[in-house]
Amino acid sequence: MNFKLKVWRQSDAAAAGEWRTYGVSEIDSGASFLEMLDILNDRLVVEGERPIAFDYDCREGICGSCALTIDGTPHGPRQVTSCQVFMREFTDGSEIIVEPFRASPFKVLCDLVVDRTPFDRIVEAGGYISVDAGPKPEPNATPISPETQQAAMDAAACIGCGACVAACPNGSAMLFTGAKATHLNVLPQGQPERYDRSRAMVEQMDAEGFGGCTNTGECEAVCPQEISISVIGELYRDYRKSMVHVLRSRRGRMKAQ
Amino acid sequence: MADPHPPGLNEEGELEGSSGRHGGILRQFWDSTIGKKIVVAVSGSILGLYLIVHMLGNLKGFQGPGGGEPEIDVYGEWLREVGSPALPEQGALWVVRAILLLALVLHVVAIVQLSRRNLAAKPKGHRPPRIQRSLASRTMLLSGLVLLAFVVFHVLQFTTATIQTTPIVEGEVYANLYAAFQEWYFVVFYVVSMGLLALHLRHGAWSLTQTMGWDKPNRNPTLRRTATALAVVVSLGFAAVPLGFWLGIVPEPTSEAAATAASGEPR
Ligand code: HEM
Ligand code: FES
Repeated sequence: MNFKLKVWRQSDAAAAGEWRTYGVSEIDSGASFLEMLDILNDRLVVEGERPIAFDYDCREGICGSCALTIDGTPHGPRQVTSCQVFMREFTDGSEIIVEPFRASPFKVLCDLVVDRTPFDRIVEAGGYISVDAGPKPEPNATPISPETQQAAMDAAACIGCGACVAACPNGSAMLFTGAKATHLNVLPQGQPERYDRSRAMVEQMDAEGFGGCTNTGECEAVCPQEISISVIGELYRDYRKSMVHVLRSRRGRMKAQ
Repeated sequence: MADPHPPGLNEEGELEGSSGRHGGILRQFWDSTIGKKIVVAVSGSILGLYLIVHMLGNLKGFQGPGGGEPEIDVYGEWLREVGSPALPEQGALWVVRAILLLALVLHVVAIVQLSRRNLAAKPKGHRPPRIQRSLASRTMLLSGLVLLAFVVFHVLQFTTATIQTTPIVEGEVYANLYAAFQEWYFVVFYVVSMGLLALHLRHGAWSLTQTMGWDKPNRNPTLRRTATALAVVVSLGFAAVPLGFWLGIVPEPTSEAAATAASGEPR
């Protein structure tokens, strides 16, 4: 198969960046999108041009490293990770536009690589539970219903790729933050820090410069892990309750005189 | 628990780094995207609830001119008097007006600030393609701004009687409506605005349930259908009045004062 690739090239974060067009020919229809880029890069190296930088790790759709906007849609139109896009999905001879995930908090570092450390800082702000050191607790002491477990696992499926942010017309990170908060907030182990977690993670999300959610639902339509906007509802609710929680905890303090 | 106060709070129970007693947390709420969105949702609900009542009241126009005293004029009079003598004349009316004004100001200020944030979070020229966002959700800013212009115009026309393109006489509600809606341009403006109101409410009435954290997967279909039904009923109910007067479904006013007002030249 032959394709014309229109690729975003940007040598570093400070550079302006530009579109460059490359032809790729004799690509096996079974090749993945990333393999096709590898083939192009091999040629670029031979030709003395700097190869195209792009993120990847597992190449099997589980790590969330790959992050390409293909023909305008984060990860392409099939709601999978970029590494799970195959060349047979494209029409032979067509032009394919490849660019990085676009959102202001995700700075373009080089070509198709963006800085997703804002996500790490959101997780650092509250994506943890505190566990007392000591003997292993009796497992049956903390029953978790299958429904609760399912809800937690559904949210925990988030691989933090950032497609939700790139697909959002507001550059909002609510689906990611909602998933990371919810998977702990619904479990018994997550209860002690529940409200502080919600508040801290939202605060960090805002500080990173992500936009606000307007409930358009575009995020879930590109999520390769099929995280539902129900986690956004959970975050809205937990954040609202966290405010009441703070106001309550300061009510009715006694002083002696 | 050994811990004397929840993590993140100081000994006074205030958020660490917060300044005032309640100032800190309220400030934090307003400064956050979610807090502001909740303000949008609550103020939007207040406006929306008012719209339902207002729409039902307007339908009194269909009770016609009556024998000199149209039902809608009586209703208008009642709105001024309700609450007295416990409240001063027009007291209740002004309380409602104050609440609505506050809600509208909060709604618009929060939206302006949020929209600026959202715009900044997206690099210029990279609006993502539409996958499943609805027409209504995409046009909230547009429908909202038209509604704002509409509300200002509407108040200037029928409440303050500043716009006298057709004669507007205080207290003569029926005759005023009749006169205004003989003009096709007013009818078009009112009906188009109500079309945009339908769009705004279609997304807004569902969206607020998500913003408040009330929506759940099993409730979602019902909530979305209810929001659509509400949007259609409210906007059709409003649009029926100008259309009714224009199409002659409701007759000319009969009272003398009203008749002169309706036939008189603009003041
Ligand atoms: C007639 C009065 C109005 C009513 C009944 C109304 C109602 C609502 C409701 C219920 C929401 C949903 C809140 C949420 O999702 O949390 C909303 C959102 C919104 N309103 Fe209004 N609104 C009115 C006027 C306005 C005006 C004058 C503007 C002008 C700026 C405006 C702009 C918006 C925007 C941009 C949103 C956010 C949409 C989103 O998040 O997707 N609205 N409105
Ligand atoms: S490279 Fe790991 S998910 Fe694509």
